[in-house]
Amino acid sequence: MTDLNAFTLADARDRLRAGDITSVELTEACLNALEGAGALNAFVHKTPEKALSQAKAADARIAEGDAPAMCGLPVGIKDLFCTMGVPSQAGSAILNGFRPEYESTVTQKLFDAGAVMLGKLNMDEFAMGSSNETSVYGKVVNPWRRADDTAELTPGGSSGGSAAAVAADLCLAATGTDTGGSIRQPAAFTGTVGIKPTYGRCSRWGIVAFASSLDQAGPMTKTVRDAAIMLEVMCGYDPKDSTSADIPVPDFEAMLTGDIRGKTIGIPREYRMEGMPEEIETLWSEGRRMLEEAGAKIVDISLPHTKYALPAYYVIAPAEASSNLARYDGVRYGHRATLAQGDGITEMYEKTRAEGFGPEVQRRVMVGTYVLSAGFYDAYYNRARKVRTLIKRDFDDVFAQGVDAILTPATPSAAFGLGEMNDADPVKMYLNDVFTVTVNLAGLPGITVPAGQDSQGLPLGLQLIGRPWEEGDLLNCAHALEAAAGFVAKPEKWW
Amino acid sequence: MLDLTYDPPKPKVIAGAKHDWELVIGMEVHAQVRSRAKLFSGASTQFGAEPNSNVSFVDAAMPGMLPVINEFCVEQAVRTGLGLKAQINLWSAFDRKNYFYPDLPQGYQISQLYHPIVGEGEILVDMAPGVARKVRIERIHIEQDAGKSIHDMDPNMSFVDLNRTGVALMEIVSRPDIRGPEEAAAYVTKLRQILRYLGTCDGNMQNGSLRADVNVSVCRPGAYERYMETQDFSHLGTRCEIKNMNSMRFIQQAIDYEAKRQIAIVEAGGEVVQETRLYDPDKGETRSMRSKEEAHDYRYFPDPDLLPLEIEQAWVDAIKAALPELPDEKKARFVKDFGLSEYDASVLTAEAEAAGYFEKVAAGNDGKLAANWVINELFGRLKKDECDITDCPIPADRLGQIVKLITKGDISGKIAKDVFDIAYTSGREPEEIVETEGMKQVTDTGAIEAAVDEVIAANPAQVEKARQNPKLAGWFVGQVMKATGGKANPKAVNEIVSAKLGL
Repeated sequence: MTDLNAFTLADARDRLRAGDITSVELTEACLNALEGAGALNAFVHKTPEKALSQAKAADARIAEGDAPAMCGLPVGIKDLFCTMGVPSQAGSAILNGFRPEYESTVTQKLFDAGAVMLGKLNMDEFAMGSSNETSVYGKVVNPWRRADDTAELTPGGSSGGSAAAVAADLCLAATGTDTGGSIRQPAAFTGTVGIKPTYGRCSRWGIVAFASSLDQAGPMTKTVRDAAIMLEVMCGYDPKDSTSADIPVPDFEAMLTGDIRGKTIGIPREYRMEGMPEEIETLWSEGRRMLEEAGAKIVDISLPHTKYALPAYYVIAPAEASSNLARYDGVRYGHRATLAQGDGITEMYEKTRAEGFGPEVQRRVMVGTYVLSAGFYDAYYNRARKVRTLIKRDFDDVFAQGVDAILTPATPSAAFGLGEMNDADPVKMYLNDVFTVTVNLAGLPGITVPAGQDSQGLPLGLQLIGRPWEEGDLLNCAHALEAAAGFVAKPEKWW
Repeated sequence: MLDLTYDPPKPKVIAGAKHDWELVIGMEVHAQVRSRAKLFSGASTQFGAEPNSNVSFVDAAMPGMLPVINEFCVEQAVRTGLGLKAQINLWSAFDRKNYFYPDLPQGYQISQLYHPIVGEGEILVDMAPGVARKVRIERIHIEQDAGKSIHDMDPNMSFVDLNRTGVALMEIVSRPDIRGPEEAAAYVTKLRQILRYLGTCDGNMQNGSLRADVNVSVCRPGAYERYMETQDFSHLGTRCEIKNMNSMRFIQQAIDYEAKRQIAIVEAGGEVVQETRLYDPDKGETRSMRSKEEAHDYRYFPDPDLLPLEIEQAWVDAIKAALPELPDEKKARFVKDFGLSEYDASVLTAEAEAAGYFEKVAAGNDGKLAANWVINELFGRLKKDECDITDCPIPADRLGQIVKLITKGDISGKIAKDVFDIAYTSGREPEEIVETEGMKQVTDTGAIEAAVDEVIAANPAQVEKARQNPKLAGWFVGQVMKATGGKANPKAVNEIVSAKLGL
C-alpha cells in the first residue's frame, strides 16, 4: 500500500467511506510528510491540532454515514485565504501578526464539506510573482529537479507553496488563487492539476485582494477528478461578494465521462510565440493529436488581440492592486514602523509601507499608482480596459463559432532555476504569464494538466480554456487529455 | 400643480472700491442618508455611539472584506432625486477615490464620479412671498462617509473613530445659480426642508448630517447673464471652494468674507487663485487649505468589487408613487384651500410635522383662524418652551376644539387663550375646561341686559358723556365684561350697550 499521503482525493475519499482508513491516519501521514519537508518551505504555518480535531470530527461523521464531499480529506490552504484565528499574511511582512477573526467563504465551504486543514501555504507576496521568490517566508523549492542536477528550481507562483505541497504529497490537495496564472503556471511546473474557474464562481470574500476584477480561487490537485471534487465544494454564490454569480453548481465529477467525441477544440495561432522552446511546441502538437484521437474536432482559430493581453494585464492588475493595498497603512493591524521623534502621519505611512512591502509589491503599487494618475489614466488604464474588452470579444467570437475549448501551452518553459531571474528585467518574469493572463482578462475558466516531460525530466503542462460557466465540460476535456497523456511521473524524494 | 408664481430675486450687489460686483455661487451639499445600516456594510449608523462600536470588518477594511450595496440607501437616493424633480439614472456605477487618511481605512472612498445615480433636477429657493430663485441641480451621487480623526485628546497621539466610516452620503451638486449669501443659506434651508419631507436625511447640521461646500466667485454685473446664455464659464470669475460648513450663519458669513476678499484682489489688479479654503468662524475669515497645484490626485477608477448599479423603471415609479406631498405643493395647496397668505403657508409648511398638525387643527374650522392659532399661539409657546412640534403637549385635535369653541361663540378669543394655556399645561380637554371653569361665554341677552342696566344705573355721569360722545360706549362694554368675569359675548354686550344708551 502506498503512503496514505500519496493518495488522491478520490481514492482517499473512497477508502475512508469504505472504512479502510481513518481521517486521523490520513491526516497524521500528511503531518509526518510535511514535518519532513522543511527544505521545500511549502508550509509557512502548520495547524496540526486543528487538523487532528477536524479529522476526528470527520471520522465521527463518516462512522455515522454522514460524510459530505470532502469529509476527512487533508488539504493545505494558500496564505492568501483568511482563516479564523490562524496567521494569514499573504506572504507579506506588512501583515505580521495578523490573525483574522473571520473565515473566508471558500475555506468555510471546504470545512463545511468536511475537509481537514493542515496549515497555510507559502506564496509570492500578495500573490505578485511567478517564481515564489517574493514571499516574506522565503522561496519555495520545487520538489522536481532536473535529471542529474541538484539545482533548486522554482515551483512557479504565486501559488507555489500549494503546487509544491501537492506535488510532494504533503497534502492531498490545496487551494490556490489565480489572478494572471497563479494556479495554472505552478501546476504546470510541478506536474499537478490546477483550475481557475470562471470569474464569479468562487467567492472572493475573505481572500486577500490582489486585483479584484481578475482574482479567482481554485483547487490544485493531483488529478482532474480531484479538481472536479474540490472545485465543486469551493464554488457557489455568496451574497457577501457582489461579483459572485448566482448560478447553480453542477456535479462536476459526474460530468467526467472522458467522452469528448464531437467536441470542437480550437488551437489559437497567436499562442505560437517567437522563441518558444521546441519542447513546448512539440507538447502542444502532442496534445492536439491526443484530443483528436479521443474524438474531438480540432480547428485552427485566431484570437487576434492576444499580443496586447500581457501589457493590458500589467496595467490593470497593478492599478487595482495599488488601490487594494492602500489599506495596509499600519493604522489598524499588521506591521507599523517605529517612528522617530516628530514623525507624523505621512512618515508613518511611508516607513510602514517601505518596511512592510517587498520590492515586487512596491514596484506594482508604483506602476498602478502611475497608470491611474491624472493625465495618464486614459493612455494606460482606460486603454487597457478597452483592450480587455477586445480580448473578451475574441473569445466570444470563437465560442460563437462552435469552439468548446481552446488548447494552449501552459507556460513558455519548464520550471526554471530559483534565482535565475534575479537580475533579469521584471518584464522577463512577467512573460511567464503570457499564456494564462488572457483567461483572467476574459473571466474564463482555464485548467492546466500535466501532459509530458522535458528532456531533463521536468513536467510540462497544457492549458485548456473553456466557455464561461462550463467548468464541467472543461474538466471533462481535461480528463480526456489527462487520460491520453498518461502522466504518472512523481518527483524523486530528495528533501 | 404649482399654482404660485414667482419672480427671481435681484442678485446681491457688493460695491467695491472701483465698481459694483455680483456673486456667483454653486454648492455641494453632503447629506447623510437616513438608513439604519451603512452603505456597504451591515453596521449601524446610530449617532453618538461609543467610539468604534459601529464598525464591521468591512468598515475597518480588514483584508479580504468586500462591499455589498445597501438597497435602502439606493432607494433613499432615488427618492431624493425624485423629490428634486431630477432625472433618475437606471444605470450608475461606483468609483474609487483614492487617498490616504487614518479615518479612511480602505485608503479609498467608494463614490460615483463617472456615472451618478441622479442627474439634473431643480430646487425652487423661496426668498420672500412671490420671490424665489430656481437653482438647477447638476447631479446627486452616493458615496461613503469617512470616520473621524481626533487630534486634540493627547499631545503625541491621534485617535480615530470609525463609527461614521461607511455611512451613506448623498452629494447634491448645484449649478452656479445662487447669487448671494442669503440665497445660499435659503438654498440649504430649502434643500434641508425637502430632504426632511422625504425622510431621506434628518438634516441635523450640528451632528454633521448636512454639510455644505460652497464655490464662490465674483463678476461684474452682466457677466452672469452672458454665462447663462452661453453656459460658458469663462464669463465668470475664478472660484474658490469653502469646505465643510455646517451652519447657515457661517455659510453666509464665509461667502460674504470670501466675496470681499476676491473683490479686493481683483480691484488691486491681482488674480484670484483657484483653491480650497476653510472658514474660521472665530476669526470670521477664510484661509487657504490647499491650492489647485496641491490638489490631491484621487486616481479615480471604477470599483472592481462592485457591479454597475442597475435599477428598474418600475421600482423608480413605485417610489415616485409613494412620495409625500412636497413643500412647494403643500404651500400652494394651503394658499388655495385654506385661503392663507403665502407667508403663513410658508411658515406652516416649513416642517412636514407642523403642516400636518395645522391640517388637523384646520379640519372643520376656518383655515385662517386655525393658522393664526397655530402660528401665533402654538408656535410662540413652543418656541418659548424650546419644544419641538413632535413633542407638542397639546394634540392637534384639542387645539382644533379650541378654535371650534371660538367659532361657535362659546368662548371669546381672549378666554380661548386661557383655555389654551390650561390645555397646554394640564393636558385637559378644552370643552371640559370651559365647562368646569365656567368659562363659557354668556350669550343669554337677559343676563347681559341686567348687567348693562346695573352699570348704567350706577354711572349716570358717564351715561351723559357717552350720549355726547358715542366713542365712550366702549367704557360701558368694558365694565360689563368685568362684571361678567369676561364671559359675556362681547358682540352681544356691544349691541345691548348701544341700544340702552340710545346711540
